[in-house]
Amino acid sequence: MNILVCLKQILDPEIPARDFRVDPARREAERGSANLVTNIFCENALETALQLRERTGSAKITVLSYGQPSAEDALRKALAMKADDAALIVVNDGDANPDPLTTARVLAAAIRKLGTFDLIVVGREAGDWGAGQTGGLIAEELGMPCVSFVDRIESEGGQLRLKRQTDTGWEVLEAEPPIVVTVTNDEHNLPRIPKVRDVMMSYRQPLTKWTLDDLGIEANEARAGNTYYQVAELFIPQKETRCEFVTGDTLDQKVESFAKRIVEVTSAL
Amino acid sequence: MSDVVICLFASAGFDKAAQGLAGAGRRLADELGGRLRAVVIGAGADTLALEFSRLCDTVIIADQAELAEYQPETCLNALVRLCSELSPRAVLLAGDTYSQEIAPRLAYRLGGSAVGDGVEVRVEGEALRVSRQVYGGKAQAVIELKRRPAVVWLRARSFAPAPPRAEAGEVTRAALDIQADMRTRVVERKREEQGEARLEEARVIVSGGRGIGGPEPFETELQPLADLLGAQMAASRAACDAGWVPPTWQVGQTGKKVTPDLYLAIAITGASQHMAGISEAKAISAINTDPDAPIFKHCRFGIVEDYRKVVPLLREKLAALQK
Repeated sequence: MNILVCLKQILDPEIPARDFRVDPARREAERGSANLVTNIFCENALETALQLRERTGSAKITVLSYGQPSAEDALRKALAMKADDAALIVVNDGDANPDPLTTARVLAAAIRKLGTFDLIVVGREAGDWGAGQTGGLIAEELGMPCVSFVDRIESEGGQLRLKRQTDTGWEVLEAEPPIVVTVTNDEHNLPRIPKVRDVMMSYRQPLTKWTLDDLGIEANEARAGNTYYQVAELFIPQKETRCEFVTGDTLDQKVESFAKRIVEVTSAL
Repeated sequence: MSDVVICLFASAGFDKAAQGLAGAGRRLADELGGRLRAVVIGAGADTLALEFSRLCDTVIIADQAELAEYQPETCLNALVRLCSELSPRAVLLAGDTYSQEIAPRLAYRLGGSAVGDGVEVRVEGEALRVSRQVYGGKAQAVIELKRRPAVVWLRARSFAPAPPRAEAGEVTRAALDIQADMRTRVVERKREEQGEARLEEARVIVSGGRGIGGPEPFETELQPLADLLGAQMAASRAACDAGWVPPTWQVGQTGKKVTPDLYLAIAITGASQHMAGISEAKAISAINTDPDAPIFKHCRFGIVEDYRKVVPLLREKLAALQK
């Protein structure tokens, strides 16, 4: 089985809100002192694919990213986690935040150039812009079906069994490859930590690097941001709530007034 | 070309999300000077269509055998056909799993643009603009959709419902010739027991985080507290990822977006991705040992103590107050 996993490198979403700044003019977050990390859902996606490979015994996993040159680190980490091959499409200068359709078109063009895949796995959304569209739009570009919010993939006699989360529980879908799957987090697909030796080895492995020209994508076609959607404003909302901490000399008194506040709020509203 | 279409799955029923969706649709249709039209998909659409006929100008039922149960590809094909015929300016969906799954693909096939998790939709000149949280709730963005139709899935429960209309809208049944697309098919469907109400509909929520320390206290400490308050149980992503509670309990940017009257956060630090799921709660309260925990910045009231000491006592006090 041939599996492709898309990875996005993003600003570490764990940075505290007080250290987070945006540049309203460029309509982007400021890098500041934050690390760049692989989007967690992309790592859940890779982990899900790795587990599928372990169960089937024979599958090849290629990882692909569209991003800044620094996204090479995300791909190297994926190689250290034992992905087989890696390819990076470097964004054009000034195209730092391509819109979902642009991203999907570029990734789809790269996927076609890389070969034929039975399974394309992407994270459900990214921790920065959180658009949640890449998987669905890649499926449309490639004419494949798509199943979202999957947390486990099994292969059975040429068919795939996909377990996915819904609002009220879960579903199992059977699917014919080729298919695009978006992955969400679950207790079973927490990304593995690569061994130090594998991290070092990953930097000696070959890694394909392409520009948009290599993919035959015209710069203005890739700038579909002007035709799909555009970020008109980006700001940090100012919301001040003053917390009233309950007081009392003893724990009993504090909890008593806490209980009273709860009853007030739940019966008043 | 100035109409608004709202798409609903009959399986969800006439819940707060469905009502919010109709409210958002009505206001947008009024702004555009167009009609509000509803498309209801799936078995049991008749009942829901009746409710929506009081709120919408027209309602279309699509409940033939192939569409009775949600199947991603087949439902998408049906919606593409129905929306193409209606050629609306905007298509609105609720933020449920199924809507999120198909909305970008629906936009693609209609030649439109999609954006999700909208908390506000407004017309600005010729353009449609949608406000949404980004960066895990740390920032807010306004997205301008360039193509038509605009396909938007909403945080529907945050929108006020639509006022009922004097005259009921016309209800029709779509004559669709849709083939089942067998490339994917749902073969098993499981609904978790989640008390009587769904988390998104809950008026009071008791939620636990990493600081709870394991699965047992959810059962022995938090659940009895929730029962006393008539509350639903929820959890942070950390608690769900640890496997302490089912993933359906997860509240946050990528979990459920809830809108209770009171959200009681127990041993939850309040990472911004968690707060993004509760920003529309009327009141937030917390029990946490750390007075500097970010959660308190969003709280109306709170208590700085170990939950293990507070919760048993709190149950006693609440039981006494309720007598």
